[in-house]
Amino acid sequence: MNRRTLLRGLAAGLGASLLGGAPVAAAIGHDSLRIGLTPVFLDDQLAFLERWRAYLERQMERPVAFVQRSSYREITELLLTGGLDCAWLCGYPYVRHRERLQLVVTPLYRGRPQYQSLLIVGERDRRTRELPDLEGRVFAYADPLSNSGWLVPQAQIRLYGKDPAFFFRRSFFAWSHRNVVEAVAVGLADGGAVDSYVWEALEVLHPELTSRTRVVQRSDAFGFPPIVARQDLDALALREFKCVLMAMSETDTGRALLNELFLDAFTSPDQDLYEGIRALMQQAGLS
Amino acid sequence: MRLRDISYRVKTPLSVVLVIILTAVILSSVLLVRAYQDSRQDLIDNTLNLGKVLARTLRPALTRDEVWQAYETIMTPLERSLADDGHERLIMVLDRSGSIFVSSQPSAHPMLTPLEELGESYSRLQALIGTRQGDSPYLAEGVDPARFVMVVPILAEDGSPMGTLILSYARALLLPRFLDTVERVILATLFVLAVLLPLGWFWGKRMTDPMVKLSTCMARVGSEPPDDIQCDLYDGGDEIGLLSARFRRMLEDLREKEQLERGVMASERLAAVGRLTAGIAHEINNPLGGMLNALSTHRRHGTPDAITARTLSLLERGLLQIKETVGALLVETRLESHALTPQDIHDIHTLILPDVHAKSLELDWAVRLVEPVALPSTQVRQIMLNLLLNALQASHPGGRVSCDLGVTRQGLCVEVINHGDPIPAEKMAHLFEPFSGSSGRGHGLGLWVTYQLVQQMDGRIEVESSEHRTLFRVVLPLRDREAA
Repeated sequence: MNRRTLLRGLAAGLGASLLGGAPVAAAIGHDSLRIGLTPVFLDDQLAFLERWRAYLERQMERPVAFVQRSSYREITELLLTGGLDCAWLCGYPYVRHRERLQLVVTPLYRGRPQYQSLLIVGERDRRTRELPDLEGRVFAYADPLSNSGWLVPQAQIRLYGKDPAFFFRRSFFAWSHRNVVEAVAVGLADGGAVDSYVWEALEVLHPELTSRTRVVQRSDAFGFPPIVARQDLDALALREFKCVLMAMSETDTGRALLNELFLDAFTSPDQDLYEGIRALMQQAGLS
Repeated sequence: MRLRDISYRVKTPLSVVLVIILTAVILSSVLLVRAYQDSRQDLIDNTLNLGKVLARTLRPALTRDEVWQAYETIMTPLERSLADDGHERLIMVLDRSGSIFVSSQPSAHPMLTPLEELGESYSRLQALIGTRQGDSPYLAEGVDPARFVMVVPILAEDGSPMGTLILSYARALLLPRFLDTVERVILATLFVLAVLLPLGWFWGKRMTDPMVKLSTCMARVGSEPPDDIQCDLYDGGDEIGLLSARFRRMLEDLREKEQLERGVMASERLAAVGRLTAGIAHEINNPLGGMLNALSTHRRHGTPDAITARTLSLLERGLLQIKETVGALLVETRLESHALTPQDIHDIHTLILPDVHAKSLELDWAVRLVEPVALPSTQVRQIMLNLLLNALQASHPGGRVSCDLGVTRQGLCVEVINHGDPIPAEKMAHLFEPFSGSSGRGHGLGLWVTYQLVQQMDGRIEVESSEHRTLFRVVLPLRDREAA
């Protein structure tokens, strides 16, 4: 291996891991609509994000900025403290802070505004049939604020009457659903919890990754990660944003973008969709 | 065939070529060994540098127990492939207890597994890490012969150990680069050989050429007469040049010696023939004189009848012919005569003119003699007459005959040249022997007599006969004035 390419690769890798993903727009103007993104979808496709941002900008006739951070928590904090106007968040942080946030839209995935949490194991592991089989093994969570990638397995372990803190020999956060799939695929973790939407999208985009994992268990359906806005966002801007998103399925460009997202449309949200997550929180002893 | 039997024509170019090939092979081998060592050192240095960077980067991940971050960090320099067989480059991080924190091959090295449980070579490595103190990266030798194993301690800000980074690279990684170098070195060597070999062969041949020529030339000595050996030999100051010069001189000596020997033999033979002839002539002359006297007496006093008279006459004519022949053989030298004068030469000219006209020949008469010279005129006239008559006889009708006479420091020099047919080589050897030159006319004693006369005057006679002209040269030393 050439030393220069090695160092360059290393530098790029370090940059990515230290900065947690570079913001799409370098400088954000005062009048920009600031939208936070989290790895509830495959948020590492920069070219796609740029096209989506440009589309939104054109439709709303105002600057739009995407903001990415390394964890759900950072995006949530930014949103709560007014650093962001909106964000595509997981249902769990939304439910936790639902008093201070308002729903904008819920994506429609395969005709339903719902998704599941998948329990995956390595493809070679033929023995594991359900979560208890993984007791004492190494487990990968997505993010401590992820519903499918953390809350669901936590609640399930409690359901089995075990303490999640000591159930696994070792567990770690991979900080995105995609990483969970990779960690399980390469054998870093024996099992992982992952968003069904992301796993299925990966099945199309990176079959070599998903083919090395095996879905063991599917959870109940939960409300799809919604796009939310801070409570005090200007009503006009909110309405405009909502309209543009919901109208995406009606324009050719919008449909093409939705296709790349593997989504059907953005729909008007329903508070009750997220009741399942609230129930999980209680089950996990978190509320 | 033994080596020493092979010609230098082949051996020298071959040696040059062998030396060139040997040099090329040695140089290439040295280059390759050097290239391998450089590649190895490069790989180790690069990997240790990479290890130092990685170790620093891994620090926060270890502090915060961030497995994924550590995994991404160690995967950055590697091709992030999912294939399990990519064991060529292996990076792993051990925690403080020596168990796997994370490895670039997680399925082969599961998390939390103690290093020594991974296999024999890993337990050797574990033992080595245990004995090794200090915080600098190092190459762990003797752990796995097929791999370069490098150990980089991961230290906290205050220098306390947090874990260990292990970079294990297969030696086979050097192979593609080394093979590439091998290929290039071989190509370059072949190119150099392609240029040098013909040059070397040519040069070697050039060096040997003079020696081969000399040797071929020397081989002809003994089997061919020295006169025929004409060699284009190398001229120079080196050994072969000196040898060639020496050989040339030797050849010349040989030639001279042979010529001398031939001359001596010829004159010895002629002398013997002369002695024999003289002896026989004397022996014949005595009874012949008696017989002729008897015949003369009988004719004066007797009255023979017709038959007897005819018989006696027949006998007398026969005896007279014998006397004439013997007289010709026995060249009389005691005959004293006056010194040679220009008039004598003029007489010869007058004598031969009828013959010249008879054959319509052209005669170049160049005589540079103004005063008498101290040589017996009878003998000289006899010699000149013989040579001139021979020349006239040898010439084709309408041809040209030259006679050149002059006095030089060596004495009187006469040259008679004709442009008739050359004298054949087999005749040349016995030219001056009696009865050898008889060609129908005369008794064949002319040249024999001439030779004898010249010998008696201590002179010498030479013949040169070529395609177009035949030259007889006679040189007669002048006698002392007193003697004359």
